[in-house]
Amino acid sequence: MANLAVNIGNLSLKNPVLTASGTFGYGEEFSDFIDLNRLGGFIIKGTTINHREGNPYPRMIETPSGMLNAVGLQNKGVDYFINNIYPRIKDVDSNVIVNVSGATVDDYIAVCEKLAPLDKINAIEVNISCPNVKQGGMAFGTTCDGAAQVAKAVRQAFPKTVIIKLSPNVTDITEIARAVEAEGADAVSLINTLLGMSIDIERQRPHLSTITGGLSGPAVRPVAVRMVWQVSHAVKIPVIGLGGIMNGLDAIEFILAGACAIQVGTANFIDPSVTMKIIDYMDDYCNRHGINDINEIVGLI
Amino acid sequence: MKKYILDFIIEDNQHLSDIYSLLILKPATGDTLPEIHPGQFVQISIDDSKTTFLRRPISINYVDRNNNSMWLLVRKAGEGTSHLTAMPIGSVINIILPLGNSFSIPENQSDRILLIGGGVGVAPMLYWGSYLKEHGYNPEFLLGARSAKDILELEYFQNIGTVHISTEDGSLGEKGLVTSHSILKDRISMIYCCGPAPMMKAVAKVANTIGAGCEVSLENMMACGLGACLCCVENTVKGNVCVCTEGPVFNINQLTWQI
Ligand SMILES: Cc1cc2nc3c(=O)[nH]c(=O)nc-3n(C[C@H](O)[C@H](O)[C@H](O)COP(=O)(O)OP(=O)(O)OC[C@H]3O[C@@H](n4cnc5c(N)ncnc54)[C@H](O)[C@@H]3O)c2cc1C
Ligand SMILES: Cc1cc2nc3c(=O)[nH]c(=O)nc-3n(C[C@H](O)[C@H](O)[C@H](O)COP(=O)(O)O)c2cc1C
Ligand code: FES
Repeated sequence: MANLAVNIGNLSLKNPVLTASGTFGYGEEFSDFIDLNRLGGFIIKGTTINHREGNPYPRMIETPSGMLNAVGLQNKGVDYFINNIYPRIKDVDSNVIVNVSGATVDDYIAVCEKLAPLDKINAIEVNISCPNVKQGGMAFGTTCDGAAQVAKAVRQAFPKTVIIKLSPNVTDITEIARAVEAEGADAVSLINTLLGMSIDIERQRPHLSTITGGLSGPAVRPVAVRMVWQVSHAVKIPVIGLGGIMNGLDAIEFILAGACAIQVGTANFIDPSVTMKIIDYMDDYCNRHGINDINEIVGLI
Repeated sequence: MKKYILDFIIEDNQHLSDIYSLLILKPATGDTLPEIHPGQFVQISIDDSKTTFLRRPISINYVDRNNNSMWLLVRKAGEGTSHLTAMPIGSVINIILPLGNSFSIPENQSDRILLIGGGVGVAPMLYWGSYLKEHGYNPEFLLGARSAKDILELEYFQNIGTVHISTEDGSLGEKGLVTSHSILKDRISMIYCCGPAPMMKAVAKVANTIGAGCEVSLENMMACGLGACLCCVENTVKGNVCVCTEGPVFNINQLTWQI
C-alpha cells in the first residue's frame, strides 16, 4: 500500500481522486455504485445565490470522444442546498467541496458567507469559467483583472480552503493562474469545459439551444494535460487537474504533468463506478513502480 | 430503487425487420434480474462502436421472470443503435438498470384503458400491458406505424388484450394516424402513450378533448441517466425536471405542451 494521501492548502485528502462539479450531482446519485467514503472528496454542482432554471432543452449533444453541454448552472440556490441537501451528505467520511458560481462579485461573496459556517464544507471551488452564463462567469475567468477581483473577494468571505477553477478559453492560462495566486487562492483547478459548437446539418440549426456549449470528455484531455503542466510551472500553489480523465492511466498522466489531485467528470456518466477503479489503479501503479508516496511523482515532467 | 451495473449476455437477437431488433438478455453473472417496474429504462454501453461515447437509453420492453430475461426492442436510429441491432448472440453488454419512474396504476379495474405505441414506442407497452393484465385490468392497445411491416410484436400484444391498429398506408388496420383511429371515439378513461414527440402531443390533445387521463413516456437526450448531469430536462409546471429520474413517464397535466 503506497501513501495516496495529498494536501490542498489545509485540506487533507485520503487520495487524489475528486469528482468534477456538475457531473456528480450531490454524490447521492452514485451511492448505489460506489462507496463515497473512499473518495478523496466530491465537488458538488455549481451553486448560486438564487435558484436558476438553467438553459432550455436541448442542452447536450455527443461529439467525437466527448460531449457538449449547455446546462447553464441549473440549481436550486445556496439556501436550498444548506437546508435540504447538506443535512443528507454532511456525515460522509470524505471531503464535500461546493462549487460556487455567480454573475457578480457580490453574488460570490453572498454564497461564500452562507457556506463558511458549515462544518463539513472545508473548501469551495470557485467557478469563474462557466461558458454558459451570458454575464459574469465568462468575463471573470478570461481576464486577469476579473479573475483577481473574484479571488480577492472570496478569499475574504471564506476563511477555509479556496480553489479557483480556471477556464481554458483564454490565450494564456498561466497569467490567470498567477493573478489568483497573488490574491491568496489556496489552489487552482483546471480545466473547465472548452467552448465548442455543433450543427445539425439536416435541420440546418445548432444542436444546442444556446448555439455554443462546453466540451468535455477525452477529446479535451491533451489540452488539459498541457495546461496543467504549464500552470504547475507558473504557480507555487497546488494544481488540481481534470479534463477527459477516463481511467487510472489518464489520472497518473495528470499527476506526472503537475497535478497533486485530479477530478473525474464526464467519465462518471459512462461508468458510475470509475472513481473506485482509478483509486485502485493509482495504488497498483505506485506499487508496480516502487513509489512509496504518490507525492513523489507529482510534476515529475 | 437500487440501481445496478450489470453485464448481460445476448441470448437471442431477432431481426424483426431491416431496422428493428428484439434483443433477449440475461445477466451474464447468473444473478437474478433486479426488481423492474413497467416504464423504466436501461443505459447501455455500446463498446464495439468506435464513435458511440455515451451510453444509450433504451426502454425495457418486457421482463420474463420465468426465464430471468429482459427484452429490449431497438430501432436503428444511428451508429450506436445500428451496432446494438447487429450484436451477435453470445455477446456481452454492460447495462445500468433499472432507471426512471413508471406508469401509474389506473384508478379502477373496470376503467377502459388504452395503451398507445407508435413505432418503437410500443416497447414499454408490452411490459406495462402484461403487468396490468396480471393485476386484473383489461388493457387494450392501439399500435401505430407507417406500414404493416413496422407493427412490432403483434402476437404478444394480442395475447394480452384487444389490439387496434393504424397504419399510414392502410396496409393493416385503419388507414391514417393513431389519433384518427375510431377507438378514440369510445369512452376511454386512461391513455398511456409512447412514440415520437409529435405523435405524443397529438394524442395528448385528443385525450384532453375526450376527457381521458393521459401519461406519456418521453425520450429526451440523455448523458448520465442518473439525475447527475441535468442534460435531459423537460419543462414542466414545476420548472425544468430530469426526464431520467422524474420521468420518463409524465402525466400531461405536468407538462407545458401547447395542446
Ligand atoms: C427513456 C428513453 C427510452 C428509449 N427507448 C428506446 C427503445 O426502447 N428503443 C429504441 O430503439 N430507442 C429508444 N430510445 C431512443 C434511443 O435512445 C436513441 O435512438 C439512441 O440513443 C440513438 O443512438 P444512436 O447512436 O443510434 O444514434 P445517434 O446517431 O447518436 O442519434 C440519432 C438520434 O437519436 C437520438 N439520440 C441520440 N443519442 C441519444 C441519447 N443519448 N439519449 C436520447 N436520445 C438520443 C437523437 O434524437 C438523435 O438525433 C429511448 C430514449 C430514451 C431517452
Ligand atoms: C453536464 C456538465 C455540467 C457541468 N457543470 C459544471 C458546473 O456547474 N460548474 C463547474 O465548475 N464545472 C462544470 N462542468 C465542468 C466539469 O466540472 C469539468 O470541468 C469538465 O467537464 C472537464 O472534465 P471532464 O472532461 O472530466 O468532464 C460541467 C460539465 C458537464 C459535462
Ligand atoms: S441524463 Fe443526466 S440528469 Fe438525466
